[in-house]
Amino acid sequence: MPSYNPTELLISLAARQMEDGTTAFIGTGIPMLAAALAKKCHAPNLVPIFEFGGTGASLNELALAVGDMRTYRDGFQASGICDIMETACRGFVEYGFLGGAQIDMYGNLNSTLIGTHHSPKVRLPGSGGANDVGSFCWRTIIIMQHDVKRFVKKVDFITTPGYLTGPGAREAAGLPEGTGPYRVVTNLGIMDFEPETKRMRLIAVNPGVTKDDVIKNTGFELLVADEVVENEPPTEEELRILREEVDRHRLYI
Amino acid sequence: MDMKEIRVLEEGVYPLIQPLDIEEFRRHNRSKPKELVDKLMDEKTAVSNFIRPGVYVGIDLYGTVRCPMSILREIVRQRITGLKVLGRGVLDLDLLSAAGVFDEADITYIGLEVYGTSKNFRRLVESGRLKRLVEWSNAAIAWRIKAAAMGIPFIPVRSMLGTDTFKYSSAKVIQCPFTGKPVCLLPALIPDVGIIHVHRADRYGNAQIDGISGFAGELARASKYVIISAEEIIDTKEIKRRPDMTIIPYYLVDAVVHAPFGSHPGEMAGMYERDEEHIKSYYKDTEDEGKVAAYLDKWIYGVKNHEEYLDLVGRKRLEDLKIKESS
Repeated sequence: MPSYNPTELLISLAARQMEDGTTAFIGTGIPMLAAALAKKCHAPNLVPIFEFGGTGASLNELALAVGDMRTYRDGFQASGICDIMETACRGFVEYGFLGGAQIDMYGNLNSTLIGTHHSPKVRLPGSGGANDVGSFCWRTIIIMQHDVKRFVKKVDFITTPGYLTGPGAREAAGLPEGTGPYRVVTNLGIMDFEPETKRMRLIAVNPGVTKDDVIKNTGFELLVADEVVENEPPTEEELRILREEVDRHRLYI
Repeated sequence: MDMKEIRVLEEGVYPLIQPLDIEEFRRHNRSKPKELVDKLMDEKTAVSNFIRPGVYVGIDLYGTVRCPMSILREIVRQRITGLKVLGRGVLDLDLLSAAGVFDEADITYIGLEVYGTSKNFRRLVESGRLKRLVEWSNAAIAWRIKAAAMGIPFIPVRSMLGTDTFKYSSAKVIQCPFTGKPVCLLPALIPDVGIIHVHRADRYGNAQIDGISGFAGELARASKYVIISAEEIIDTKEIKRRPDMTIIPYYLVDAVVHAPFGSHPGEMAGMYERDEEHIKSYYKDTEDEGKVAAYLDKWIYGVKNHEEYLDLVGRKRLEDLKIKESS
C-alpha cells in the first residue's frame, strides 16, 4: 500500500465526493486540489467556479490567490463577484466547499470569532464568501480537522448556515429550498446529515480509525449509520496524479 | 396573504456605519464634470485631496490581485487616521490595521488567505481598539455596492438569512410581498472614496482591467470620489480604439495616479507575479508589534514616495517578478 500524508488523504476523499458534469464553487487550498484531482480522474467535465470571476479553469496550474490568473486560465470567463454570486443564487452551482473553526451537529459553521461579538477572545477573518456558498450551493462539503474543540455543542457564532436548528429551519429562514451541508470530510472520517433529523451522522471512517475514535473526538452526540464503511486510502493512481500533475511544484501537498 | 403592509421580521443590531442619502448621491453625480478633465496627479496629491479623517473608503482587491498598495502606503505615510473602511481585504487592510488607520469597518473578511489570519487585525479587534465592526458576507458587500451603483436604497437578497452574520449586521429581514417568504434587505453602500488599481488608464480616468474585474466596476459607480492608480498611462486614442475594454469611464473618476508595480507585493494579471518572499517575510514580522513598526518605518515612512519604495525593493527584483511570456 502506498504511503500518503494527511493532506493527500483529505484531497482524495473530497475529490471522490464530486460527480462529473457538475459545478463546484471552490477557493484556494484543499478544495481546489480536490477539484483538480477529480477532473483528472472521474470528473473531466466538472466546472470549477471561483468567487471573484473565474469560470471553467483547466486547473492545470494551481492558483495561489482567489482572484489570480490561474482561476480562469484555459477557462471560459473572467467576470466579477456579482456575476458569480448571482449564478450561485440562481441555483447553477452544485457543490460548495467550506471550512471553519467550529461546527455543530446541524453543520452550522463559525469562522468569525471565539468569544462574543462584543469582546472576542479570538477574532477570525469573518464570513468572506462562506455564508453565501453555504446559503446557495445545493450540496456543501465541509473539510475540517476533527477534534472536540472544533466539533462543539454550540458554535460561538453562526457565520454560515447549516441546518440551523433542525428540519425545516433553513426554509423557514428564507434560504433556498433543498440546499445545505452534504458531507463533512475530516482526518478521521466522513459524515453526512441524517435526512429526518438533519443531524450529523458518521458514515465512513478513514483507514486505521475506529468509530469510537470519531465519537471521542466529537463534542456533541454524533449519530452513527447502521453500516459504517472504511474509506479506501488514496490509490497509487490518485497519488501519482496528485504529485506529478496536480501539485507538481508542491505548493500545497 | 395580506400584503397591505410589509412587515420587518428581524433587524441586525447595528446602525449603518455610512449614512445613506441617495438623493444627495444623485445631486453629487449631477455635479460631476462631463467634459474631459486632466486628473493625472501624484499619489501625495490624490491622497491629500480626497482622504481625510472620518472618510469612508472602499478598496478594490482580490486576494493578492490588483492591490492599490501604492495609494494605501501613501495614506499610511500621511498618518491619516479615523477612516471607516469596507472590510473585504487582505494585504490592504492588514497594513491599514498595522498603522491604525481605521476605527470602524463593515467587515466580511480580513485575513491573509493561505498565509493565515491577519495578526495586525486581530490585535486591533482583541484589544478593543475598534469602535465598531459590522458583519456581512462577501456577496452582501458586493451587492450593497451594486445597489448604490444602481442608485437604489436597498437590494433584496438570499444571503445571511438565519445566521449571526445577519444578527450583527445592519440588514433587515422582511416578508417578501411577492412570495411571502423571508428575504434579506441590504442597504446600499456609498463609500466616500473608492480606490482602484488598474492595468491601464488615460489621464482623464478611462480605465481598463485585464483578468477578473471583481467588483471594480460597481465600486467605481457606487463611490462619491474615485482614485484610480494605473500600471500604465495610455493615450485616449488607445481607449477610443477599444471602448469595449473600458470598465470604468472617465466621468466616475476624480484622480489618476501613475503607479507601475503599484500592486507590489501583490500581483497584476499578465504583468507580474506577487512577491512571495516579501509577503512571507512581512507576514512573519506581523507576529511582533515592534517588527511591524520597523517594517512601516523602512518601507513607508522611510521613503518619500512610490518611486523610492520601488528603488528600495530593487529594480532587479521587480524585473524578476515580471511575467516573461504568456503560457
